[in-house]
Amino acid sequence: MTSVSTPAHVAQNPYNAQILGWGSIVVFLLAAEGLIRLGFISQFIVPPPSEIAVSFGRLVAEEHIIRRFFYTVGECLAAGAMITVCGVAVGVLLARYNLLRQACETWVAALASAPFVLAYPLFMVIFGRNAWAIIVMGFVSGLPPVILKTIEGISGTRRVLVNVGRSFNLSGTQQVWKILFPAALPTIFVGIRLGLVFALINIVGTEFLINFGGLGQLIADLAERYDLAGTYAAICFVILVSIVFFVTLEQIERWLRPVD
Amino acid sequence: MAETGRLTHTRAATSAANPVLLMRIALVLALLTIWELLARSGWLYRDVVPSLFKVGAAVMELLSNGDYYFNLGVTAAEIGVALLIGGLSGIAIGLLLGANRFLARAYEPFLYYLGPTPKIIFFPVMIMWFGVGPESKIALGTLSCFFPVALSVAAGMRQIDKVLIRVGTSFRATIAQMVFKIYLPAMRHPIINGVRLGFGFALIGTLLAETKLSNKGIGFLIIQAYSTFDMPRMYAMLIVLFVLAFCVNAAIGRLGGLETIKRT
Repeated sequence: MTSVSTPAHVAQNPYNAQILGWGSIVVFLLAAEGLIRLGFISQFIVPPPSEIAVSFGRLVAEEHIIRRFFYTVGECLAAGAMITVCGVAVGVLLARYNLLRQACETWVAALASAPFVLAYPLFMVIFGRNAWAIIVMGFVSGLPPVILKTIEGISGTRRVLVNVGRSFNLSGTQQVWKILFPAALPTIFVGIRLGLVFALINIVGTEFLINFGGLGQLIADLAERYDLAGTYAAICFVILVSIVFFVTLEQIERWLRPVD
Repeated sequence: MAETGRLTHTRAATSAANPVLLMRIALVLALLTIWELLARSGWLYRDVVPSLFKVGAAVMELLSNGDYYFNLGVTAAEIGVALLIGGLSGIAIGLLLGANRFLARAYEPFLYYLGPTPKIIFFPVMIMWFGVGPESKIALGTLSCFFPVALSVAAGMRQIDKVLIRVGTSFRATIAQMVFKIYLPAMRHPIINGVRLGFGFALIGTLLAETKLSNKGIGFLIIQAYSTFDMPRMYAMLIVLFVLAFCVNAAIGRLGGLETIKRT
């Protein structure tokens, strides 16, 4: 597109784009700081970015944000373990029994896009207002992608590998553990990554909504106390945690992916 | 007539003997039976798993209640406005990033990594900025649906056939002409797909915001049913909501003719 194009010498340097991206954020923060300090934006609605940065220390010392972080991570890991075990088991079952797969796969795909998080009051009634309700919420929302990707991975195993297993007279269980599962692992991990991302989103969201648990509760708590700088800082911290979580999972996925 | 009769008979026999259909029916019946047995077993607190008959009656009562339609209208309006603002801004940003690789390299990573963060945590900020009324719910819905639409449109734009772009350039088309005559028509599928995703996120964002702080809308009704422990009504509302979400999703998909992608 000619009219929104960038001069060639600028576009060619890969660092220029990064400088522009990060530079824009710095300019935005400086502009926000200036506008708030000059009174163009009310300090009672948006605290100055410098105040938000300073309040991080308070969150660590007084609000025990690190302990809350590990609490949320613990919930995520519990949900992740359940997602992995149940999702892979159900996926293998569906992949092995074609009739069951044909009957259920579209249902699982429909469940993957269902707004499960809206059923959080239901989970509170069933499990009570505790960590289990939050973990199960994460589990339910993260399960469908793992099932779907396990089916995809196992069905996509190269015929020659399956035939090698047959030629060695492997039993059904051996075939799964020694051939199908290792071959499908990279695809299964894509499902686990998606499942964990969905689980994290729903776990933090549910913590915030039911005012219980780790980081989500901290945001709700600070907002109720009208601690503006603290609320913004906690939100920034959750964004940072989500990004680190997302990037780490992507790196593991890249490491698992076979080299073509 | 005889032929038609024979054809119908053959089709009926095929569908009756379809093992997938039989399996589905068996699974649904098994699930419903387990549910009903659990409801009558007394193992759980009363109404935590209510009888299917109670849930059915609650669905009927809900659908014949005028108040429900008023609240449904409020939520639908909030989601509609959120989808409009978030969708249009997402399309605009997506077009810009899709058209310019340099800008995409500068800003798309931020969109990519901010996309999967839990948007509900921004609700306290939205309340401070827009108040406790429908505006804060619309804002959260807008924020939720902006990211998937923008990313989908940007990715879709990069997949446009280069020949189409060259044709537009050789005709010396202006930016507006390129957007409306080349880019948008060529990107119908990615845009509709993005809007479909955006709808799902806007729905979740808006309804969660309603459950947190609201005095009208479906989210408010759900949390009200929870507060009064009216479980059959809560199940009924969730069932109706899931069905409505599924229907709207399917309708948006049909609008974009997404099924044609598979065939071609």
